[in-house]
Amino acid sequence: MMAAIPALGQQPVDDGTGALLLHRSGHERRRMLVNRVATITATLAATAVILALGIIILFVVVNGLPYVDEQFLTMDTENYNQGGALAAILGSLQMVPLATLIAAPIAILGGVYLAESRPGRMSGAVRMATETLAGLPSVVVGIFVFTILVAPTGKYTALAGSVALAVIMIPIVARSTEEIIRLVPASVREAALALGIPVWKTMLRVVVRTAMAGILAALMLAVARAAGETAPLILTTTGNQQVNVGNFLGSMDSLPTFIWLASGQPDDLLNGQAWAASLVLMVFVLITNIIVRGRTAGRRRAH
Amino acid sequence: MDEIAGSAERRGDRVFRWLLAAVGLAILLLLLAVFAELVMGAANAFKVFGINFLTNDIWDETSSSYGALPFIAGTVATSAIAMLIALPVGILTALFLSEMAPTWLSVPLTFAVDLIAALPSVIVGLWGLSVLSVVTRDWIEVPIVANFGSLPFLGPNTGGADLFTASLLLALMITPTIVALSQEVFATVPQMHREAMLGLGGTRWEVIRKVILPLSWGGIGAAGILALGRAMGETMAVTMTIGNIDQVPSGLFDPAQTISSKIAITWSEAAIGLETDSVIALGLCLLVLSVAMVFVARGLVRGRTMAALGVHAG
Repeated sequence: MMAAIPALGQQPVDDGTGALLLHRSGHERRRMLVNRVATITATLAATAVILALGIIILFVVVNGLPYVDEQFLTMDTENYNQGGALAAILGSLQMVPLATLIAAPIAILGGVYLAESRPGRMSGAVRMATETLAGLPSVVVGIFVFTILVAPTGKYTALAGSVALAVIMIPIVARSTEEIIRLVPASVREAALALGIPVWKTMLRVVVRTAMAGILAALMLAVARAAGETAPLILTTTGNQQVNVGNFLGSMDSLPTFIWLASGQPDDLLNGQAWAASLVLMVFVLITNIIVRGRTAGRRRAH
Repeated sequence: MDEIAGSAERRGDRVFRWLLAAVGLAILLLLLAVFAELVMGAANAFKVFGINFLTNDIWDETSSSYGALPFIAGTVATSAIAMLIALPVGILTALFLSEMAPTWLSVPLTFAVDLIAALPSVIVGLWGLSVLSVVTRDWIEVPIVANFGSLPFLGPNTGGADLFTASLLLALMITPTIVALSQEVFATVPQMHREAMLGLGGTRWEVIRKVILPLSWGGIGAAGILALGRAMGETMAVTMTIGNIDQVPSGLFDPAQTISSKIAITWSEAAIGLETDSVIALGLCLLVLSVAMVFVARGLVRGRTMAALGVHAG
């Protein structure tokens, strides 16, 4: 297997594979070839994946930018082929924050519960419930919220849309909160407890506060996710192209549902505005992800 | 502080513990409520059609016949094709990022792969509808059908908006899940194992082939199952590219419909009553499928982790 002792003056061959070979037989040449082919294949696969991302971003920017204008940003969608997306922008700006307000306390306390409770049947069940909720298709969440909030009154409401988004956010934030709280060193907790501070104050004022940056990061990622959710909103709140500010018992449009409806119309302006709305949404989602993950990416998977 | 503070502290702790338990219970009840509402909503449809709901391939208002077969077939077909593409591409990408690329390259690229998962599905769908479906139609489907159209599963449609395009898009959307989870699995392989193989003169591929992959298959399997669950539930991108025809597809380039796309398309038009009940029954099928995936993945990881521990102990 191994190469023979090199003759005097013969240079070792560094082929860049990490294996330092002194002499190449036919068998080794074949191994090198297999290694080379595998490396190239993996490189191509990674390139294709990254390229797909680049192409999508490029198309959204090129097709959307010309349509992000005053009309797009200031007009109702009321006049269907000469309007804008103001109703959708304002709808997203209201429903997503309300969803965050609903989800944040439940999710953060749920995360504290998961991190702090002793292993047992109850905490095991809650952990499994959180995992299962995180794996629910968003369209199923939409049906659920429809049956509890829309079906009884027969009215599509922004409130129902916000609740649906909140149900999607809760398991994401709860799981991250649990992970982050587990990272807070026990010594921090013990120091607070040794000072005679009650457990609940230690948890909220010391442990959760220490973990706050991470919890906020998780919350921001969940906000970015909720901002792009479409299916749950189609099932709970579409059907209003007029600006609705503050009336959560009425229907609201949103950027994702605007994209979905406008892309299906045989109308150049609306198709263009679907790209424009995609651009606005994409910029928000990507910038949020880049800012939040940029700070944690280094330690996440760089082992 | 006096003695009264001591008892107040204990009361505060008790209230806090109850509050946490109540929130935990609320999360548990939320999941149970999702199941209960869907089961109740779907009950009528199953009462009327029985198990035939799953095997009937007609969805028609005029004859009040609602069956889920075309959509179950569409969901199974799109997710299976997407997995066939995404699994090899995802594993190779993960190997490139974790085992081959230098850190200065792998860190930003890993980050970029994560961004794909962050893209809203409706934006990916818009791109799939306006760009990808045209490319697949003109560059892939038309030439293939022209030359090999007589082969099974390859003809005669070349619409662009069909099973193939939707599956391709779906593959792109689940690849980040496979990449991220595979990278995490690779990271658990001890560095010593790699070095031992390199020390024996192994090439980088031999390290991957004979050390990393054999230790990782269980984890990769779990990653695949979780990705499969995501693929089944994915709605917007598929709805916008699959062609939306209620039929059991008989070829790769046939327009079709998945469970989730049927729900999204039909929702606003569904007649209150039996049709809405049947749509909710579709939702229940999807819920059961995706929850089953989560449980299979959990079982897979737990079993393999224990097996791996046994190996290491020995």
